[in-house]
Amino acid sequence: MRLVASSAVILLSAFLLSGAAPEKHLSVYSVVANYSLTLVQRDRRDYVGLLEVLEPLGKVSARTDGSHWRLRYNNVEGDFQSNRPHVRIQGRDYDLGGKFFMENGRGLVPLTSLNSILPRFLGGPVSLHEDSGRLFIGSVATHFTASLAADNRLVFNFTAPVNPTIATEPGALHMTFTREPLVGPASPTLTFGSKTISSANYRETNGAAVVTVNSAIPVIASFGNSGRTITISPTAIVAAQGTAATAPGSAPGAPAQGSSAPGNQATPAQPAATPATPPSGPWRRYFAVVDASHGGDDHGETLSSTLLEKDVTVELARSLRQELESRGIATLVLRDSDANLSLDQRAIFTNSDHAAIYVALHAASSGHGVRIYTALLPYSEDDRGPFRSWGAAQHAWLPLSQSTASAVAAEMQKRQIPVRTLLAPLRPLNNVTGAAIAVEVAPQGSDLTQLTAPDYQQLITSAVATAIASTRDQLGSAP
Amino acid sequence: MIPRHLVIGLTVLLVAALGMTIYALHMRKVATNVAAADTRPLGPPVAGPTEQVVLFDAHDEDGTLRAESARIPLPSGRQQRAEELLRALLSIYLDKSSPHVLGPGSDVRSVFLVDPGVAVIDVNSAFADTHRSGVLVEELTVTSLIHTVSANTPGVLKVQILVDGKERDTLAGHADLTSYYDVMAVNQLATQLQSGQ
Repeated sequence: MRLVASSAVILLSAFLLSGAAPEKHLSVYSVVANYSLTLVQRDRRDYVGLLEVLEPLGKVSARTDGSHWRLRYNNVEGDFQSNRPHVRIQGRDYDLGGKFFMENGRGLVPLTSLNSILPRFLGGPVSLHEDSGRLFIGSVATHFTASLAADNRLVFNFTAPVNPTIATEPGALHMTFTREPLVGPASPTLTFGSKTISSANYRETNGAAVVTVNSAIPVIASFGNSGRTITISPTAIVAAQGTAATAPGSAPGAPAQGSSAPGNQATPAQPAATPATPPSGPWRRYFAVVDASHGGDDHGETLSSTLLEKDVTVELARSLRQELESRGIATLVLRDSDANLSLDQRAIFTNSDHAAIYVALHAASSGHGVRIYTALLPYSEDDRGPFRSWGAAQHAWLPLSQSTASAVAAEMQKRQIPVRTLLAPLRPLNNVTGAAIAVEVAPQGSDLTQLTAPDYQQLITSAVATAIASTRDQLGSAP
Repeated sequence: MIPRHLVIGLTVLLVAALGMTIYALHMRKVATNVAAADTRPLGPPVAGPTEQVVLFDAHDEDGTLRAESARIPLPSGRQQRAEELLRALLSIYLDKSSPHVLGPGSDVRSVFLVDPGVAVIDVNSAFADTHRSGVLVEELTVTSLIHTVSANTPGVLKVQILVDGKERDTLAGHADLTSYYDVMAVNQLATQLQSGQ
């Protein structure tokens, strides 16, 4: 019986392991192209298809002749032989450090051999980071520096534009660089002597470089200087900026300090001006969170050949912030530049700030006037004990969201703006743990330029702000 | 010395493990081939006796959903019926004078009815790639598809929409496609969209 049981465990493990091995990658960086290839395992080593490595770099061809595999790259020819651990290039033999495999006309060489054979074909130096699967051809490295400003902003400066994937978890923000030939500083750990943002680590793994910022409080990343600067700011500072932007003397709708409009040089981080409502500490609660939907690579709707939804929503967000703050409502604008921000990140920042109301802004070319949306949630909850379902986190706040939507619609009607209130399967409304609405603005007629007209924008944002101010007590006592 | 019965037992198990691994790899290859299969129709349109159905078609001019009766030939299989219903709906949207235009080449690849009460609508990539972007315009499409299937197919409680057999974040930047749609909630949305208010 024990034999059967233990055999079953072995069988199950063997079966699971056969399909569970993660795929390994090689990222190749060169002046011609940056690309990623999948590595295969042969003889318990990492192998790569040599033709695939060279193809994006120049004119390359391969032909099979019996057990020989002849590769020609520009004017350099290499003769590989199946199951032999060396190659003849331009009449000289080079060691591969492992057998050469020929499979269906494909030539596989050990990953480690790239350091020795690629310079023969390419005529220049290469640098292979074998453990992490990163290959640098020529002088293509992107370097970076990090410095902590007086107001606890961490500013990364890069020698070339970057666009990493950003992910957050409690206590850390990860920036993953897959397409960029990023190389680390002399020491993989940078310490800043701050309790708020204590350190940053650099590491390489499976074809990518990862920079992790360790922080004691929630932080947000914003891009500037055409992708050459990434600023990591505590969310409290981002919100204080929002307040400062509407301080006396500020131009209406001007971007907050330190933020970067597309194409603009990012300004160095400066302490925020005294806000209208003094913050009560780094965990200050913002009554309203205004979210300019889309941004970065996500353009939203292409409203016209020169007008993108993501640009209209930023203008609307700035206008709404001004209207709310003029009514004494502390407001956080989630996106005040052309930054990539995932839907999960938007919900996480809103929830961690315990905002009373979340307003997502959208713009559309179809229809007329304004649509106010609340979350379309399943009738049956999918919670597990004390754990709330992320997809229906909005559940307890939906009645409050709907009453706020009705109040906003009533204000729109007072201003004779065509308005509808609807449910919508629109993230992150369903992930927000507070009252949450989305406002989609369309022109009143067929003229799309109305979407960028300051007076039309203000007509709408003042209606939203008035409705929120009128329901402030109700929103403040939310569950 | 390892007992003979233990050696035999382990050998049999290892052979079985190897066999299952080969079978799993084979099944994965088959699944990949199916996903990459040609999406052109394999047979002529369904012919035969027609049935009265209700299609819920979207109208962009006033952002509404309208119930339209139609007589279309329907096969006997539940799944095939659902597919034909959606193809009839799409034929309205692909017409030049459509009240809610979809991009050329938009099609429903298949509908899977999975008990208990789950329907999976698999549209082709042209459907999503050419779809206009916007909260209202996308939710009109999603609601139209789901409400048409659920109203004519008893027992459907949840619906998922896939694009080319894969999960996608949104239809065209707004309408969420990552989770199952609750039919009762969609019914409520459809009522709102039908009222036009």
